Amino acid sequence: MATKVVMEALSPTMEEGRLIEWKKQEGETVAAGDVLAEVETDKAVMELVARAGGVLRKQLVPAGATVPVATTVAVIAGKDEDIAALLGNGSAAPGAGAAKPAQGAAGAETAAAAETAGAAETVATAETAAAAGKAHPAPVVAAAPAAPATPADGGRVKASPLARRIAAERGVDLAGIAGSGPGGRVVQRDVERAPVAAAPAAGAAPRPARALPDEGYADEPLTQIRKTIAKRLVQSIGPVPTFYLTAEVDMERAWDAREALKALGPEGKVSFNDIILKAVATALRQHPACNAWWQDDHIRYWRDVHVGVAVAVEDGLITPVVRHADRKTLREISAEVRDMAGRARERRLRPEEYTGATFSISNLGMYDISHFTAIINPPEAGILAVGGIIEKPVAADGQVTIRRRMQVTMSCDHRVIDGATGAEFLRTLKTLLENPLALVW
Amino acid sequence: MAVLTYRDALNQALREEMQRDDRVFLMGEEVAEYNGAYKVSRGLLDEFGARRVVDTPIAELGFAGIGVGAAMVGLRPVIEMMTWNFALLAIDQIVNSAAKMRYMSGGQVGVPIVFRGPGGAALQLAAQHSQAFESWYAHIPGLKVVAPATPADAKGLLKSAIRDDDPVVFIEGEMLYNLKGEVPDGGEHLVPIGRAEVKRAGGEVTLVCHSKTVAVALKAAEELAAQGVDAEVLDLRSIRPLDEAALLASVAKTHRCVVVEEGWAFAGVGAQVVDTIQREIFDELDAPVLRVTQADVPMPYNKHLEKAAKADVPKTVAAARKVLYLE
Repeated sequence: MATKVVMEALSPTMEEGRLIEWKKQEGETVAAGDVLAEVETDKAVMELVARAGGVLRKQLVPAGATVPVATTVAVIAGKDEDIAALLGNGSAAPGAGAAKPAQGAAGAETAAAAETAGAAETVATAETAAAAGKAHPAPVVAAAPAAPATPADGGRVKASPLARRIAAERGVDLAGIAGSGPGGRVVQRDVERAPVAAAPAAGAAPRPARALPDEGYADEPLTQIRKTIAKRLVQSIGPVPTFYLTAEVDMERAWDAREALKALGPEGKVSFNDIILKAVATALRQHPACNAWWQDDHIRYWRDVHVGVAVAVEDGLITPVVRHADRKTLREISAEVRDMAGRARERRLRPEEYTGATFSISNLGMYDISHFTAIINPPEAGILAVGGIIEKPVAADGQVTIRRRMQVTMSCDHRVIDGATGAEFLRTLKTLLENPLALVW
Repeated sequence: MAVLTYRDALNQALREEMQRDDRVFLMGEEVAEYNGAYKVSRGLLDEFGARRVVDTPIAELGFAGIGVGAAMVGLRPVIEMMTWNFALLAIDQIVNSAAKMRYMSGGQVGVPIVFRGPGGAALQLAAQHSQAFESWYAHIPGLKVVAPATPADAKGLLKSAIRDDDPVVFIEGEMLYNLKGEVPDGGEHLVPIGRAEVKRAGGEVTLVCHSKTVAVALKAAEELAAQGVDAEVLDLRSIRPLDEAALLASVAKTHRCVVVEEGWAFAGVGAQVVDTIQREIFDELDAPVLRVTQADVPMPYNKHLEKAAKADVPKTVAAARKVLYLE
């Protein structure tokens, strides 16, 4: 069975990819899962893997070339199999001739189509047709190419009501999904397999929900008061009505704790950022009202705590996510952040490693910034801006003493978090950082 | 819990309600001296006497009318139809008198009566004696229609029907009378009218059924489980009022539905079920709701043709696979 290798959407926002290097050459035997090439996406350098085994018969794109998502870049087939149909026939490579999407917003469709194509588009020849059945043990996943949901004449997309609802919730464009139901009807399973669409670049359109397979959250319908608060605030200040809460934290004990851990040897080395991350995660567990996403018509309160950490990279920043940070030890958090920050700078993070945060932290303390405000990363409802630890005179017990102090400023989406709610969270955070033993309690 | 036949569960319900309330009496063909054509009324004549267990001539319209009149003046008759096919002769009393009296008297006169007997096909009773009439009566405002599938539901629903202040059409099954099942002990086992029950929980497709098709759906669910499909079996128990909440909750969970019923498809019980689903939870559906019904012909007498005409397990399994897009 001959299989086309297409440029896959390797990140949620990828529209095109640069094929950096072929890892397999023409004539080489490849197995499903083998790395065929390295591809640079808009976010990272990723691996393009073979979806089927055989011989890499033809590379259609030279190393260094940039091609749109869904372009056929190679053909895998049996050693002597006739692949002319795949090479010569324009319709066999739908992506190759397709013009780059005219607008950025169209990228979502392309990405969705590419994922489907990459996963299922195969061409069975007579002698291997029987084997095709074995290769796909789940009878639901037909090996035959699924009909595209959009008829060639541009008519309406046929989709089940449930598929439409799920697509709307996830921000998936149905037009890009190949339907597996009768007459190409898009059904639930087709939508659930499709990648989530990218957010529109910077438009006024609401950001689609970042749906994750994990159901560790509770969706709460908006109450009238929340609706009114949201409407009024957005009118007043912009799409994400933000307010800021600043607290000053005494870091003497955290400093001592870090020194004590450091004395245990190289393994004990943790950063202040790790300690803050752990404290934030623990405080979020106690204040679920701050561990939430604004979802336009409801608020999603996460049961799990996934904390994003802004990391500066060469030409911007990226936010690796420490998942279940509240359940991890300081040592685990420290190792994970070090690993992900390193790979972020090498642009080798996988998409699932920098999406899905329920709250974020941005730390500029190492740049001697004493205080700043960070911008919320929607749909998250809060982000904590962490300043440097600075020795300063502080009045305590009627005496002026020199203490190590740190200012943190929380940006809150007022549609989700009210002043008192955010203040209570910050108070807990301050208590935890000033009594770091509580983090292991 | 005691294990009883469906027949004995009905007998218990009658006996308990007759003991409980002196106004309750049973009337119909062969119900007294012969202990009932299907022995549902066994022993009742001996216990309650001829005043309360009354044999009638073969005159359905007449004794149905006597029952309606008795109910209007304060008694609580249970009118046994030897089968619901024979009640065609009495349908004027059921539909025009019993169902409408409360409305047409401006609420002054209720008709607390139960019409009961076996409905649907048995084996080779041919076209005139093999009919499921649930949808006929469910069509009528003023009637309640129940069709229990198990001994426990038969007992609990008959007791509720007898205590109900309005006419109840109680449809049993000739093929169900020997069915055994656990029935809660004690005199107060009541199953409320208008409440469906999940007979088997599942997550991928809801099989809606009632009466004899509950067994069909349960068997189909077993076969589907062997094929890796997790089916839920929802027994309506009451056709009218229809338990829309239970129906919608189940289909909203599974997103797919097949309705299995004994009757014909056209304007059948399933048609009402489908209407409810598409109207209330359109956005939950991943596939059209399919129906498994009797073929659109008078029931054949020929054994093989009769089998082919009935709703059965293979047809139900096939429909479930179709709504799951597995075909």
